[in-house]
Amino acid sequence: MSRRWLVIAIPMLWLGVFFLLPFLEVARISLVDPAIARPPYTDLFQDGVFAGDFENYKLILPKYFYGQDNLYITAYLNSIRIALISTLLALVIGYPMAYAIARAPEPWRTVLLFLVILPFWTSFLLRVYAWIGLLKGNGVVNNVLIWAGVIDQPLVMLQTDFAVYVGIVYTYLPFMILPLYANLVKLDGALLEASSDLGASSAATFLRVTLPLSLPGILAGCMLVFIPAIGEFVIPALLGGPDTLMIGRVLWDEYFRNRDWPVASAVAIAMLLLIVGPILWLQRSMERA
Amino acid sequence: MHAEDVDCDRSAVHVKPWRAGADAPFIQIDGITKRFGDVAAVNDVSLDIWKGEIFCLLGGSGCGKSTLLRMLAGFETPSAGTVRIDGQDMAGVPPNARPTNMMFQSYALFPHMSVENNVAYGLRREGLAKAVVADKVKDMLHLVQLDGLARRRPHQLSGGQRQRVALARSLVKKPKLLLLDEPLGALDKKLREETQFELMNIQDQLGITFIVVTHDQEEAMTLSTRIGVMDAGRIVQVGEPREIYEHPGSRFVADFIGTVNLFEGRVDVAAPDAMRVMTDVGPILVDPVQGLSARQEVAVAVRPEKMRLTRKQVDAANSLPATVQDYAYMGDITIYKLVLEGGRTLKVSVANGDGDGAPITWDEHVFVSFPTRAGVVLTA
Repeated sequence: MSRRWLVIAIPMLWLGVFFLLPFLEVARISLVDPAIARPPYTDLFQDGVFAGDFENYKLILPKYFYGQDNLYITAYLNSIRIALISTLLALVIGYPMAYAIARAPEPWRTVLLFLVILPFWTSFLLRVYAWIGLLKGNGVVNNVLIWAGVIDQPLVMLQTDFAVYVGIVYTYLPFMILPLYANLVKLDGALLEASSDLGASSAATFLRVTLPLSLPGILAGCMLVFIPAIGEFVIPALLGGPDTLMIGRVLWDEYFRNRDWPVASAVAIAMLLLIVGPILWLQRSMERA
Repeated sequence: MHAEDVDCDRSAVHVKPWRAGADAPFIQIDGITKRFGDVAAVNDVSLDIWKGEIFCLLGGSGCGKSTLLRMLAGFETPSAGTVRIDGQDMAGVPPNARPTNMMFQSYALFPHMSVENNVAYGLRREGLAKAVVADKVKDMLHLVQLDGLARRRPHQLSGGQRQRVALARSLVKKPKLLLLDEPLGALDKKLREETQFELMNIQDQLGITFIVVTHDQEEAMTLSTRIGVMDAGRIVQVGEPREIYEHPGSRFVADFIGTVNLFEGRVDVAAPDAMRVMTDVGPILVDPVQGLSARQEVAVAVRPEKMRLTRKQVDAANSLPATVQDYAYMGDITIYKLVLEGGRTLKVSVANGDGDGAPITWDEHVFVSFPTRAGVVLTA
């Protein structure tokens, strides 16, 4: 009994120290007011009296209910939209790749998987910077297209939503491919043969056997792309334009430009609550699948 | 669906078209070969199989029987040779367009579908009306005695029930040819025996031609109209179960099917009424065989149940003194392991009748005797 406790205690302790305590700290800051002090906010208990309130959260609400403008709501919606579209793109690109790797001859699989995770050996920041070099006005992509005669004027790609999609899909594609591969490689070939034997075309076999059986992999992959993409800061900051408003960037601005930690904390907590819903739903679906 | 019904009119069994050779065979396999790299998994196999047969491909693991089955299903492309089903050449016909269905060794049931959806899968691909599909599925589930389990998922079923779902799924499209890969392999002994008879009964009701792959000779014997014994990619003998057992064509077949005592030796005197073979245990008299020359190397095969075991020497064509080394009491029979004077061992099985006298036991000196007709002379 005590040994079992020890095994559970280590991850629990980890979660307690590195997740729960910081979370409670952020939650506490979200309830107080900013102050010119160090740290830059007031205490939650002043002279032994609870001094917190939900004023910071009211700022987030749409103009219609309260608050001054729709900045936060717009940023949330933008983040969800960009994360959703990126996730779908990653799925559409990653599924065939994962399928091909899973169906490749055994010795090839390790090599192909290695290639998928190879970019992780380089710094994430450097790789995003590399995209600037590729996408900018006199960058590699434009130069090649002009040289090939496809376009005469360089395309404006950098500092657009397009560049953000490229960056997010590129960065998170391995997170889509790996769970999908782990699922697809387990798929029993006899099931595909049985389907064909019973008169199904390749398309029907894919839709009725392969796809439903890979659903847990799809959900896992989508979760691993969607959740970090929603709070992404570096990619929209480096590749996105002034119109690319994502919550991660708003959060950054509140913390470091406005030094309004309480509002920033409220925004962070609200974002957490927003994604907890879909995460729980996905987890539930995965357990059922 | 009981064992008693089994002996009803099974057309192929009673007409035995392979003996008469009257009507054209339903499945014609001609010189089929499958090479994987340098290895020929199936090597120049030709077979004719008639409508309504249960044909068993019998052999050890790696003999090529499964590869042959997979070529018939269309999962493997032959390196050479042709397959015709009901006169139609199958070359280039993909699995989903063949008039065959397969029951997989692992059953390959779709884990995400209910029993009824598994069975309906093939019918739905034909684009049949919903009501027709529902009716056919219901009838088929009734035939395999799975009424009431239609909404279960495969993982909620026992091994025997899963086997029936797999059978139902492969039968529901009424294929011209049903291919069964070790259909009873995953079942325990008792269930296996029951299922064997059911399988025969269902085959009889539907009149579908079966090709069964198995490594279990007992299963092959009870199920099949004919057996094709395979070894190293080739068919070494084709025949009815009795023929294969009583008249094996080679040492391999004699040894593979059932238990056998093999005596290696040379033809000594080829007389008209009996032939003498000089073996390592002395001369053995057998029924004369045509076409053998003196001093030709042969083996004499004698089945354990064709030998008699007595305490006193009896008047028989062959009689060998021996000592009981061990025995196994099986209930209906007892299998004795005997040591001959030269040191080699023999297996003799004795039917346990009404229990007359004390049974022969360890270390007793006994005589093993058998008539000339019990010995089968093998040249191959």
